[in-house]
Amino acid sequence: MSECHDCGACAVAVAPSPLHKGLRTHVVAIIGPPNSGKSTLFNRLTGLRQKVANFPGVTVEQRVGKAKMDKAKTPHHSEVVLVDLPGVYSLNPRSEDEQVTRDVLAGTMPGIPKPDALLLILDCTNLGRHLVLAAPILSLKLPTLVILNMADDLKNRGGHVDTAELANELGSPVALISAAKGQGVEKVFQFMEGTSAGTTSLAPPRVELPILQDIPRCRQWAHDIGTGAAYRAPAPPIWTRRLDSVFLHPIAGPLIFLMVVAGVFQTIFKGAKPLMDGLQSLIQTSGQGIEHILPPSIFRSLLVDGIWSGVGAVIVFLPQILLLFLFIGILEDSGYLARAALIADRTMAKFGLQGKSFIPLISAYACAVPAIMATRTIENKRDRLATILIAPFMTCSARLPVYTLIIAAFIADRPLLGHFFGMQAGALLGLYVLGFVAAIATARLLKSSILKSERVPFVLEMPPYRWPTLRSLSLRLIDRSKVFLRRAGTVILLVIVVLWVLENLPVKNGQPPEIGSSFAGMIGHAVEPAIKPLGFNWKIGIGLREALRSDLTPGGAVALLVFFAFAMQCMSTIAVVRRETGGWKWPAIQFAYMTFLAYVCALITNQVVRSGIFT
Amino acid sequence: MLQMSVNSGPGAAPHGAFARTLAQLPEGEAGVLDHLDLPDDIARRLMELGFLPGHIIVPARSAPGGEPRVYRVDGSEVALRRETASRLILRPSKGAV
Repeated sequence: MSECHDCGACAVAVAPSPLHKGLRTHVVAIIGPPNSGKSTLFNRLTGLRQKVANFPGVTVEQRVGKAKMDKAKTPHHSEVVLVDLPGVYSLNPRSEDEQVTRDVLAGTMPGIPKPDALLLILDCTNLGRHLVLAAPILSLKLPTLVILNMADDLKNRGGHVDTAELANELGSPVALISAAKGQGVEKVFQFMEGTSAGTTSLAPPRVELPILQDIPRCRQWAHDIGTGAAYRAPAPPIWTRRLDSVFLHPIAGPLIFLMVVAGVFQTIFKGAKPLMDGLQSLIQTSGQGIEHILPPSIFRSLLVDGIWSGVGAVIVFLPQILLLFLFIGILEDSGYLARAALIADRTMAKFGLQGKSFIPLISAYACAVPAIMATRTIENKRDRLATILIAPFMTCSARLPVYTLIIAAFIADRPLLGHFFGMQAGALLGLYVLGFVAAIATARLLKSSILKSERVPFVLEMPPYRWPTLRSLSLRLIDRSKVFLRRAGTVILLVIVVLWVLENLPVKNGQPPEIGSSFAGMIGHAVEPAIKPLGFNWKIGIGLREALRSDLTPGGAVALLVFFAFAMQCMSTIAVVRRETGGWKWPAIQFAYMTFLAYVCALITNQVVRSGIFT
Repeated sequence: MLQMSVNSGPGAAPHGAFARTLAQLPEGEAGVLDHLDLPDDIARRLMELGFLPGHIIVPARSAPGGEPRVYRVDGSEVALRRETASRLILRPSKGAV
C-alpha cells in the first residue's frame, strides 16, 4: 500500500511495504497523552530511520520509522515498524487526532496495518491523570507495554511508584524510563523483541476496567490503581515555578518575550546572511564551472541558467530555515513556547486567532514554508487553518530582493524622519506593515465567516521547563530540512523546466526564439489586456527582470510592489499548504483570494498614483 | 452526572446565588470545582485535563492583562481564557476541603 493519491507531493511512502523484501513486519504503535515524551521515545527507538507524512486525507501528522533492533536478538528476520500516533487523552473521537488514533488502533486506517503491539507512554510525574488513558488502551487487548516516562524527574522530585505492582494490577509489563536521557530504553526493545517473536503472552488485567464514557470514574479508577502501586506524586517543579515568576512576570514577562522575538528575528536575518551569501556564491561559481565544461547548447542554458540557479535559489534559504527551526525547537522543547503563546494570546484573540498562532506567523517573515509547517503546534484545526491561510501575507525574505530592486529604482531617498530614516526605508517598512495588515484583516474575515470557531475553548497546557537535548534538536533540523528541500526543490524544479520550455520554444531554424515570439511571450501578450490597468506590460507579466527598470511607470512600480505584497507567487508555499491541509481545496481558495486581492489593490494603486493625487 | 449536589449545611443556597466561578477566585486561593456549565463535549475535554467536579483548582500566574490565566489542577498547569474559567462553577467555600 505504498501508492499515494498523488505522487508528486507525497513522496513519502505512507506505510512500509515489507512484502517485496520477504520480511515479516511487526507493527508497533506508540500512544500517549500530549507532553508525555512520545516523540522523544520515537526518536530514541528509530533514530534517523523515520519518515514524516500526513495520515491520508487529514491534517494529522504521521511518523513512521523502523526500530533499531538488535539483529542477533530478533528472530525470523522480522522488521519492527513503529507508528507514532498523535497525542490524545482519550479515544473518544471528538477531534481529528482522536479519530486517527482510533482508526489506526482498529486497523481501519488505509495504508497502516493493525498494530501487533502497543507502547503506551505516560508521564509518571503526573501518573494519576495520565493513567486514565490506560483504561481504553488495555480494553483493546493487544500486547501493551506501559511506559512510565520522566523517571529522572520523578526521582529528583521525590516521587515513587512500584512498577512490579503496577504491572500486576494492569496485567501488562511496565517500564520506568527516561526517554530524554535514554535510561531504561533497553526494556522497550526487549518488549518489542518479545512481541515480534510471539513469545509475549497476554495476561488479563487484575483490576476491572471502568466504563470508558464516565470520565470521573475513569479518573477515580486511575487514582485507585496509582494508590495500589504505592504511587507518590513528586513535589511541584520548583524551578518551573521560579522561572514562571520571571517569564510570566507582569512587566518582565512581556519584555523578555519581545527580546526573544527580536532576537529570533535578528538572527534569522542577520545571522543567516553570511551563510546565505556564501552558499549563493558557491552555487554561482559551480554553475560557471559547469558552463565551462559543457559544450554550448540550449540544454546547457537549461541546466545552468534554469535548473542550477533555480534550485540554488531554494537552497540559499536553507541556512535561514535551519536557524528558524533551531529556534522553534529550542523554544518548544524548553517549554517557553507555551509561555510565549500565553503572553501573545490576548493580542492574537483580537484578530480572532490565538496565542499559538504567534510564533508561526513571526516565522513567516523568514519563509512561509517552515511557518506553515510550524502551525502543527496549534491543536484547534480552524485556528491552524486560519494561520496557514494568512501566513503567506507576512513579508517573507524572498520578497525582499524584489522590493529593494523596485524601491531603489523608483523611490527617491529623501529624508523622512531625520537622517537615518529615509523615504526608501519608509517604503520598505510600509510594505511590511501592508502585509501584516492584510494578514490580520484576512484572519478576522476568515474567523467571522467560514472558519468561525467551533466552540472549542482555548486550552493550553504549561509543561515544566526542560533542557532541550541536542539529539532531539538535531533530529528535528534534519527532518525539517529534508521536508523543505523535497517540497520546495521538486516543485521549483518542475516550474523552472516548464518556464524554460515556454521561453525557448518554438524553435526557429534550430535557434531559440526572440522572447517576444516564444510561448512565454505569447502568453504575456495574451494577458497584457488584463494587467495593463495595473500599469504592467507583457514583459512584466511574465516576470522579465530586466523589464522592471525599463518598462515600469511610477504608478506601475508602486502597483507592482502592492501586487507582490499580496499575491501568492510561491509554488513551494502552495505545495506545503496542500500537504498540510490534505488536499487542493485550501491552496486553491488561498491562491484565488490572494491573487484577487493583489489585482484589485494594484489596480487601485496604479490609478491613484497616475491621477497624481500625491504630487 | 456533572451536577454534584451542594449540601454544605443549613442555608445553602441553590447554586448560582452564592456560587463563585473559577474566574472570580483570587490568585493562589484554592477552590473546589462543583460543576462545569459548558456543553457536554467541551466539559469532557476539560475533565480530561483534570477539571473534574470535586477536584481542587488553584489559580496561578496570568498573562499580562489578566488573561489567560494558568490554573494548577490535578498535578499539572493548564491555561484558560476568562470566558472558559467563568463557566466553571466552584463549591461554596464553606464546603471546600
